[in-house]
Amino acid sequence: MSTAAREFHRKAAEKAPDLVHRQVIQRNMVSYDIAVDKAKGRFRDWQAGRRRAQQIKWEAINNLDKLLEQFEAKILERGGHVFWAADAQEACKYVVDLARRRGVKTVVKSKSMVTEEILLSPALEKEGMQVWETDLGEWIVQLRHEPPYHIVTPAMHLSRQDISRLFREKVDPTIDTDDPQKLVAVARRFLRRAFFAAEMGISGANFLVADAGMVAISTNEGNARLTTSVPPLHVVVTGIEKVIPRLEDLGLFWPLLATSGTGQPITTYSTLIGGPRKAGEVDGPEEFHVVLVDNGRSRLLADPEQREILHCIRCGACLNACPVYRNIGGHTYGTIYPGPIGSVLTPNLAGIEEFHHLPFASSLCGACREVCPVRIDLPLHLLQNRRKVAESGIPGLAEMAGFKVWSWAMMSPQRYVFFGALSRMGMRMVKALGLSGSLLDPMRPWTKYRAALPAPRQSFRELWRKQRVVEKPE
Amino acid sequence: MALRVALFIPCFVDQLFPQVGLDTTAVLRRIGCQVEFPEDQTCCGQPAFNTGRWDDARPCAERFLQVFGSYEHVVCPSGSCTTMVRKFYPDLLQGESRQQALALGRRVYEFSEFLVRVAGVREVGAEFPHKVTYHSSCHATRELGITEEPRILLRNVRGLEFVEMQHADECCGFGGMFAVKFAEISSAMGDVKAANIEACGAEYVAAIDSSCLMHVEGILRHSNRAAKTIHLASILAAGAK
Repeated sequence: MSTAAREFHRKAAEKAPDLVHRQVIQRNMVSYDIAVDKAKGRFRDWQAGRRRAQQIKWEAINNLDKLLEQFEAKILERGGHVFWAADAQEACKYVVDLARRRGVKTVVKSKSMVTEEILLSPALEKEGMQVWETDLGEWIVQLRHEPPYHIVTPAMHLSRQDISRLFREKVDPTIDTDDPQKLVAVARRFLRRAFFAAEMGISGANFLVADAGMVAISTNEGNARLTTSVPPLHVVVTGIEKVIPRLEDLGLFWPLLATSGTGQPITTYSTLIGGPRKAGEVDGPEEFHVVLVDNGRSRLLADPEQREILHCIRCGACLNACPVYRNIGGHTYGTIYPGPIGSVLTPNLAGIEEFHHLPFASSLCGACREVCPVRIDLPLHLLQNRRKVAESGIPGLAEMAGFKVWSWAMMSPQRYVFFGALSRMGMRMVKALGLSGSLLDPMRPWTKYRAALPAPRQSFRELWRKQRVVEKPE
Repeated sequence: MALRVALFIPCFVDQLFPQVGLDTTAVLRRIGCQVEFPEDQTCCGQPAFNTGRWDDARPCAERFLQVFGSYEHVVCPSGSCTTMVRKFYPDLLQGESRQQALALGRRVYEFSEFLVRVAGVREVGAEFPHKVTYHSSCHATRELGITEEPRILLRNVRGLEFVEMQHADECCGFGGMFAVKFAEISSAMGDVKAANIEACGAEYVAAIDSSCLMHVEGILRHSNRAAKTIHLASILAAGAK
């Protein structure tokens, strides 16, 4: 078992029975579900929209090379810069060098999961720079020195009382309110100063529009607009899979993302950015860079079975739908991307040796696939990841041998009957000895949380034969 | 016209819940089916498939195709094992076997699906004077699209009062080996399910999968809740003359 797997088990055992946590998440999910249902109702045909989105992402990912070059050409034309980063180190080095060259002391960031993935903030902080998250939820978890709990709503696990306490400790000891409006005002005052002090703004991208050569960013707080227009230097850091082919595709993808992400018909601020400030323009950065991050994505692109994972638009709907996520929470995963999409993505991006447990931490219930706006077959990818884990030999010889014996037993009805009867006899003995649920119970992982299984004396097939002798079938 | 039906009894039903197999048989006979049980059957291979051991699952699948290949209608009292054959065999197998699996998959039916969609039966003459809710198991709901059939059959049982619970189609947390490998998560999910069952006031929670019921039953008993579990087939077999 890897370190990550041990940590996962430890945290899951702690969070799963935590009823306060369960209640907070359930309450949030109820309001999310209601909002999503309402927003879906504004589509003439939600299912048709999903199918169309799936087709468009298929087209984008299967033409990724051409579309990215098309995007790049437009950015260069407008005087922007594009850097192709093979991995996290390359991406971070490029941004750090840039910041150093420009003498940057303060950086503002709008929300971006890929910068979390490549650990960009720690890299900048190591150089002595002050980095501020400007998305309210991200800023809150930054103050707590915590990773985001959720890819869309990073501070979803906190109540306004928690946030009030946090602000009192970290921002202003005189705060004596948990009124959300007033707490937001505290954040606004603080972050305004950061925006105007910053020499560099870093944003993510929700979509890279290939034909227009534009970066599309959506936020509900307007913080991306300030991040990308006030500081003299703007760097977009994005995964290469964020491409959509045409500007008109946003007509579907903007409402689709808003609906699945937060249950809004459209996100409050939707921005398109294509380059630095031009002569005569009143705002915008002097310098504009796009860092296209691969970091394992082209390995997925080369895998025809799992390429579809790159269709993900990071809406977070699969996290919200997942009963595992809802019971263990975002921090238990110990990954940048938690929930179902994280469990299909992480073993492929960050390595199967460390994250071999994630594909198995699912009941394969399929709720994630049902809500995915681009119809990624998440349970199938979990199954395929499980196959990759089994083939890698990580689970060990005992499991491998166990299944070989099992498969051999199942190849003959006589062996099947023999092993079946033997197991039931064993189970009856455990019961007769009063060991059910005790530490000596071989079924302990089951009986620790549940009543023991029945172990009838006769199987169905035995009863079937007897019944046939007694009464002739009608 | 008597439909000739081959019973596909999942291994854990055979071993742990034989009564469900008998009740399935009784209901099928009552609606006039000629029921056979191919005794060569073992397991469909799902435990190995779900653990990523596709090479160990494949011989089970090939074997299943041989045992059931000649039957016109195969009926199974489990949505999950029906899913294995209909939806996952085509992922697991290649070439000729895959073609056979696709063909057989169209003739393998989950029990309630068979009654309502194939035999055209909505009422089987059962009586069960209790308050019952229905747990819509995951594979049946989201892989096979079976949501209404069991409810139709339940609503038509004499004396049965049907109630819906909240989030009836949310997973009970079983998930095969998941229940053992991640017992703490699985049982928390089971606990949420058990609370929903209790809240709707049902005496019984019915389902079409004994595996889910086995888990829910274990959780209900462990947490000293009053509700009991029962397979749909056992309700439909109850009280008939």
